[in-house]
Amino acid sequence: MLDVYGEKFSNRLLLGSAQYPSPAILSESIKQSQSQIVTVSLRRESGGDLAGQAFWQIIQDLKLKVLPNTAGCYTVKEAVTTAHMAREVFNTDWVKLEVIGEEDTLQPNVFELVEAARILVEDGFKVFPYTTDDLIVAEKLLQAGCEVLMPWGAPIGSGRGLNNPYALKTMRSHFPDTPLIVDAGIGVPSHASQAMEMGFDAVLLNTAVAGAGDPVAMAKAFNLAIEAGLLAFEADPIDARDMAEPSTPMMGKAFLS
Amino acid sequence: MSMKVNIVGAGVAGLSLAWQLAQQGIEVEMFERGSKVGEKACSWFAGGMLAPWCEAENAEPVVLEYGKASLVWWQNALGEDFVDAKGTLVFAQQRDKKELKRFARRTHGYEVVGHDVIASLEPDLASQYQEALFFKNEAHLDPRKALIRLSEVVQKLGVKIHFEQEIEPEDLLPEKVVDCRGFNGAKALEGLRPVKGEMLLVKTNEISLSRPVRLLHPRIPLYVVPRDNQNFMIGATMIENGHGNQFSVRSMLELLGSAYALHPSFAEAEIIEMGVDLRPAFIDNLPRVERKNQIWRINGLYRHGYLLAPYMAKLAADSIINDKDEIEKLADFKLKEDRA
Repeated sequence: MLDVYGEKFSNRLLLGSAQYPSPAILSESIKQSQSQIVTVSLRRESGGDLAGQAFWQIIQDLKLKVLPNTAGCYTVKEAVTTAHMAREVFNTDWVKLEVIGEEDTLQPNVFELVEAARILVEDGFKVFPYTTDDLIVAEKLLQAGCEVLMPWGAPIGSGRGLNNPYALKTMRSHFPDTPLIVDAGIGVPSHASQAMEMGFDAVLLNTAVAGAGDPVAMAKAFNLAIEAGLLAFEADPIDARDMAEPSTPMMGKAFLS
Repeated sequence: MSMKVNIVGAGVAGLSLAWQLAQQGIEVEMFERGSKVGEKACSWFAGGMLAPWCEAENAEPVVLEYGKASLVWWQNALGEDFVDAKGTLVFAQQRDKKELKRFARRTHGYEVVGHDVIASLEPDLASQYQEALFFKNEAHLDPRKALIRLSEVVQKLGVKIHFEQEIEPEDLLPEKVVDCRGFNGAKALEGLRPVKGEMLLVKTNEISLSRPVRLLHPRIPLYVVPRDNQNFMIGATMIENGHGNQFSVRSMLELLGSAYALHPSFAEAEIIEMGVDLRPAFIDNLPRVERKNQIWRINGLYRHGYLLAPYMAKLAADSIINDKDEIEKLADFKLKEDRA
């Protein structure tokens, strides 16, 4: 079970709700993904005063755990304000904290991120920080009171997969007891499998499903891939070797020479 | 045929239906809350593109199927020269070349064209782009001229239009009445939601275009549609939000940034108008015709007003004239596929 901030989930896919061709396709994609946590962007989809009520109603009808995000925030102040609005609008103290540093790569501004996390934890939020794979930043986020870390696979929406598997593996070993969720950069289900095989607790993605030609089918594919990756991790995979090792037992083989 | 039909709302849906009915000799009376055509219609802010092949990139297949016929419908209703059948050009910047490939994969009805064809179609863009998709069967019209012309055409056919009449369809019973009020009629329709759209009109002499141009971008896809007098319509945002009727700074930055990226000469353009309105949409982003006794409702045209209003008008007219209760529901094929 995925255990974050004391809540347990059997499914390991967190799905974003933006950019689908229609709410009907969004809704069906979420069902097929079997995701139990769905992220919602406050800034654009709801306007802060429940004005985006119709869209919000569609999300609510799915009866899932909602994880509001601060997508598109560039400063501590923006992110903190957005988080507070989100708590009001969505009636939850969960927040996916995104503080963007730069437009082309949308990479996190980790300095502002740590500061925003500290403030929000003090304000009683349960913070899910979108961060890099930097261990020191991760350490600071935990010190700030985060109980989950969400390192990137690759830049948001890039679909490149796990850009730096070494760094992610290191992070996994360095924080064996912290729930780690790979967030952003996932393109195809094998990327998500790879993260799960490495022992990550869950995967968060949006564009890979919403931007697919058939989002509903892709959502299902991700669900299967994440389940496969998790099973594989739990089954303790073999190590890669440089040389071949015969898989056929020698016992009982005819000696012909 | 002696039959009378009232229509509430004289936007693209109401006027299309009025034409469809008046053509068949039916007496039509229209009630519009605005003081003139288009004043309070979200179709006033449309791009006016008849571009079903491009829309098929992420719309349901039925949008392409029924959208194709709209070109001929508008030509019949307004006159052939009213519709510019010059196709659509789709570009991406060098760094977003993959977007062009993706768009090509998910659409059809185009040819891949190189520098020479671009130079002959849109000379002003030739220095910027080496490759484009050309959807030659697409067309566009000026939605404002189209609404005004259509209102004149239907009035010639005997349709009466009453302006500044904010009326509930129920007030007109027991006569037949069709509610074409867009998002303003949302109360009567479960699940109708607003999708905010923002558009700009700019004017510049530094560039000329003769057809709609789309610039693909992973975050901010843009279209620019040429209008009379060197005006260009730049659109349009799609925001799941019914809040406010003001242009946001972010939207302005995105639209103008993309227009500037399409061609630097837009930097010198004058901003003539900023338009904001709410598109009515159902959960599948497909329009519907519904009937309850003597009240029909056409709604949910989303971003496909000019493209699908003709077909919805035909559906509604058929149901009204032949007293049909069963009305075709546009199918969301993308969801219906068997996924077991």
